[in-house]
Amino acid sequence: MDLLTPELGLFVWTLLAFLIVFFILRKFAWKPILNSLHERETGIADSIAAAERVKKEMSQMQADNEKLMMEARAQSAQMLKEAKEMKDSIINKAKEETKVVADKMIADAQQQIQQQKMAALTEVKNEIGKLAVEVAEKVIRKQLATADSQNDYAQMLAEEIKMN
Amino acid sequence: MRSGRLFSLLALTFALSSAPVFTYAQHEENHEAAPVAVAEAAHEGHHEEKKEGFNASEVIFGHIGDSHYWHFFDVNEHPVSLSLPVIIYHPEKGLEVFSASKFHHGHESYNGYMIDPNSKMKEKIISEDGAKIIDFSITKNVLSMIISVVLLLTIMLNVAKKYKKNGAMVAPSGFQNALEPVITFVRDEVAKPNLGNKYMRFMPLLLTVFFFIWINNLLGLLPGGANFTGNISVTACLAIISFLVMVFSGNKHFWGHLFNPPGVPLGVKFLLVPIEIISLFIKPIALMIRLFANILAGHIVILSVISMIFIFAGLSKVAGWGFAPVSMAFTIFMFFLELLVAAIQAFIFTNLTAVFIGQAVEEGHDHDMHHEDYHAHNPETGQEYNVSKQEIIA
Repeated sequence: MDLLTPELGLFVWTLLAFLIVFFILRKFAWKPILNSLHERETGIADSIAAAERVKKEMSQMQADNEKLMMEARAQSAQMLKEAKEMKDSIINKAKEETKVVADKMIADAQQQIQQQKMAALTEVKNEIGKLAVEVAEKVIRKQLATADSQNDYAQMLAEEIKMN
Repeated sequence: MRSGRLFSLLALTFALSSAPVFTYAQHEENHEAAPVAVAEAAHEGHHEEKKEGFNASEVIFGHIGDSHYWHFFDVNEHPVSLSLPVIIYHPEKGLEVFSASKFHHGHESYNGYMIDPNSKMKEKIISEDGAKIIDFSITKNVLSMIISVVLLLTIMLNVAKKYKKNGAMVAPSGFQNALEPVITFVRDEVAKPNLGNKYMRFMPLLLTVFFFIWINNLLGLLPGGANFTGNISVTACLAIISFLVMVFSGNKHFWGHLFNPPGVPLGVKFLLVPIEIISLFIKPIALMIRLFANILAGHIVILSVISMIFIFAGLSKVAGWGFAPVSMAFTIFMFFLELLVAAIQAFIFTNLTAVFIGQAVEEGHDHDMHHEDYHAHNPETGQEYNVSKQEIIA
């Protein structure tokens, strides 16, 4: 039974030591440690939540970007298509206009050539006529050089007139 | 001589808490025929017994009891020990302080005080005039406790300093890293489930109780260590602290249920209220006895197993040597078990303290409507309580 009877001395020392340890540790150890632990845990939880939020925002942003890209791509495709059409139409129009102008120029040229040709022909004709008249004059002059021939001719003309 | 020393070394290394036995080993091996010249103090009484052979109970009780000397080992029958200060309060003479060496190991009286020669199990100082004195001596247990307190304060304050220096968001390192899981364990597994949202109020107490018991359990396992937590004065003190905290933090709901359980017929109340009051006092007694008995039993088992070597050696030298390996193996096993028990008992004491405080501070539910639920959805508390009762019986 000796073992089971508490001794006052040891009891008092234990009580004293425990209380001293308790108050010192409470103030200088447990409070800062527990506060730090709590702070760290809330900090980590906050960080995780923030990271989650940022991740969500990022994915949202990415989706937005994707959409914008799609729109931009569609727009550029549209623009390209329109530009191509415009180019084609411009080329076609230009071609047609050129053709018209060229045709006109060819027609004008042909007309002018025709005119020049006619003018040249007329001139040639006139020249030939003149020459013929001159030749005829020369021939006639030669034939009618003598008085007899003049008389004969005059006679013949007179006869002709008479006959008419 | 050489083999004897080797053997002693082995015993010291493996049977870590067997300092008294160690001294015995030397005697047995080397000085069998030597005359008993110097007698030991009453608690190390195996010197007197030597003529008759090894007295295991003297050795064991010498170790587990408190002492006014810190005995390390004997050299040629001269005990190497530290004489501790004796502080005595005499109702007439007042306070007196002197060294325990004045008693010359229990064979001389000093200033009218002497070590009680009739007390076999405990080293007790009595006054020759028969007055009731109170012994406030710095005994082996008190000194061991002071060492543990210094260790505890050094460790914890350094760790706390690290937290303050590094700030909250730096990963823990070193000893801080070793302690942090223990602290969070006490918080998350002991305080939070039992105390609910009021846990922060009791965390300092629970942590102090846990580490105080744990470090003292471990110091008690060191070779030559004191049997501090295996002393009923100590566990009584701790149990009373947790009892007082429980009583003073008890709310109206707790006392209401204790003295006037709602929803119970009057006749049953006469039966129930005394039982409830008894159970209130059983709680700290359970705490006290559990820790005391567990640690004491561990020390006794280890010492008994070691003592077996010398009991066998008393029969014949060969038997002693032959049994030594068996005994060592068993001691090593027991030692690991005790390391586990040191932590488990600290945890159980803390946990039950938390459970008892938790019962005291629990907020009442709607009394009449959900009274049954209240007991139903608190199975943990009931379980723990059952455990404690079983342990008392055991």
